[in-house]
Amino acid sequence: MGILEVKGINKRFGGLQALGDVNLSVAENTTHAIIGPNGAGKSTLLNVLVGKLIPDSGSVMFDGQSVLGRKPHEINQMGISRVFQTPEIFSDLSVFENVMIPCFAKRDGAFRMHAIESIFAEKGIQQQADEILNDVNMLEKKDMTASSLSRGDKRRLEMAMCLVQDPKLLLLDEPTAGMARADTENTINLLKEIRAQRGITMAIIEHDMNVVFSLAERITVLAQGMPLVEDTPDNIKGHPKVREAYLGEAQV
Amino acid sequence: MLGLEKKDFRLLLIVIGLTMLAPFILNPFPEGSEMAQFNAGYPDLMQRFVIFGIFAIGFNILFGLTGYLSFGHAAFLGVGSYAAVWMFKLLSMNVLPAIILSVIIAGLFSLLIGFISLRRSGIYFSILTLAFAQMSFALAYSVLTPITGGETGLQLALDDPRIFGVAQTASGNIPVPAIFGLEMRASYELALGSWLFTFNAGYYLAALFLILSFYLAIRIFRSPFGMMLRAIKSNQTRMSYTGLNARPYTLAAFVISGMYAGLAGGLMASMDPLAGAERMQWTASGEVVLMTILGGAGTLIGPVLGAGMIKYFENIFSKINDTILHGWFAFLPDGLENFVVAIIHPFIGKGWHLTLGLVFMLVVIFLPGGLVQGGQKIAAMFRRKQPEDAQSKATEPAE
Repeated sequence: MGILEVKGINKRFGGLQALGDVNLSVAENTTHAIIGPNGAGKSTLLNVLVGKLIPDSGSVMFDGQSVLGRKPHEINQMGISRVFQTPEIFSDLSVFENVMIPCFAKRDGAFRMHAIESIFAEKGIQQQADEILNDVNMLEKKDMTASSLSRGDKRRLEMAMCLVQDPKLLLLDEPTAGMARADTENTINLLKEIRAQRGITMAIIEHDMNVVFSLAERITVLAQGMPLVEDTPDNIKGHPKVREAYLGEAQV
Repeated sequence: MLGLEKKDFRLLLIVIGLTMLAPFILNPFPEGSEMAQFNAGYPDLMQRFVIFGIFAIGFNILFGLTGYLSFGHAAFLGVGSYAAVWMFKLLSMNVLPAIILSVIIAGLFSLLIGFISLRRSGIYFSILTLAFAQMSFALAYSVLTPITGGETGLQLALDDPRIFGVAQTASGNIPVPAIFGLEMRASYELALGSWLFTFNAGYYLAALFLILSFYLAIRIFRSPFGMMLRAIKSNQTRMSYTGLNARPYTLAAFVISGMYAGLAGGLMASMDPLAGAERMQWTASGEVVLMTILGGAGTLIGPVLGAGMIKYFENIFSKINDTILHGWFAFLPDGLENFVVAIIHPFIGKGWHLTLGLVFMLVVIFLPGGLVQGGQKIAAMFRRKQPEDAQSKATEPAE
């Protein structure tokens, strides 16, 4: 029984079957990659997991509870954090404030009317934020406005914002999309580090096979909204069906 | 001090200083001089400065922090005014219960309107608030005449059933609003040489409320709650994927700013005990938007400056007429004098809106951060001249 159990998910957009009877089981303390050619339904599946889309049928259980019908912020409070393809950060706020906000969300829940207390008095939160910034090597940039960061730093910041919440499951949507080779390597190393040090379960959607095979312990292949195979990276590499689905798209 | 950082405390002290000394600061020109018409230190205008300052501070908590542009905040000010006048009519001429009730009623009213309007964001939110405010205006103007006095407005009468206090004074007049016996219209005039300074009880009461409002706004700006509001403005997607529910945060900000508007309305009625529907009209809602943007949305002091500037233009520029202009330019040859007066004519008197519009355009184009940004630019110029001072200022956040 995995920490995330997806069973028989169907989702139609008009005449298009975006997801057809998708099953997925992510075991605790592993890195699970979801791959597939363009239009395979990877992003749709991710949006179902975080509550942005409601499927037509099927069930999604996380940590023994159903996530269907819950709002994105409720699902986050259950312990699922998401990293976006283009980093979603609070660009107008400072780097330090960016990481303080998830600290407050974790401590105080979805809403708390703390309108009179001073931020400057929240020593515990500040310390937490400092620690995580130190972990991702961004402590010296804490007073910068987030919008002025480089793309790679924005990615690191977003990662830090997710990690500081200590999620049970971290969802990554193409974390290296559009990155230069060196940045991709850095991201792979950062993710490996996170995995090794924090033991956070990860589900990762990725196009770059290099990234997938460097990180994943299990791989699910989607094609045209259907799950094709689920296996270990070594078995996926030589799988004839996967080769067929990817023909001309990437080297497997 | 008072739970504030040093820099914020300094700002609070400046505001306290400015409001307490306003009768001096706003009357720099001696009585009877050419320039005396630019004096703004008379009670009626000073009261307006601080009351609209409170209104704008509250509006800024919603618009400046969350970015939700409400086009209906005058409705809350109007409701506050009506509540206060009813309190005068039914309970007593003491302004405190009237002000308290106007804050409560405006809070409840904004809870209702905010709850519905905040289901949408962006332009749809603005339109919803505008629609609600115009409905309130229409109701107050006609349907609810028994409560609001309709076209003539709600006024005190000689036969009001006041529970604490008298319906008429001994001389047969309507009593005036007061705080524990001190009448709002009571003024002390101080003549120094040819200068005349007026200290008005109503103004000082309103100024105390302004200081309190400003202090509370600083606390909100520097609180985790204030940070969440800025986060909503910055990125709502990240907000919800960080486990935070934006709706109650925006609603709380909406109600707080509605209560500020109610306080302003209650104070307005306390200075002059009548309330009219025109206070709720969309132009009044637009005015507070202008004040906030002109001064600098999202900054602490900006809205107060913006409110002061607009009220100054409204009351001082509108008083200048052609006769005064001819007096100023009398030194020019006749033809030229008439020409210059003809050029300036559209910008003064009733044309003060034109001047204000031009100023507003210039500010928005060249100083998108409002007057506060202008002040910062000037301060930065001075700092460049004194490099040894630069280090200490460089670490301050931009507010």
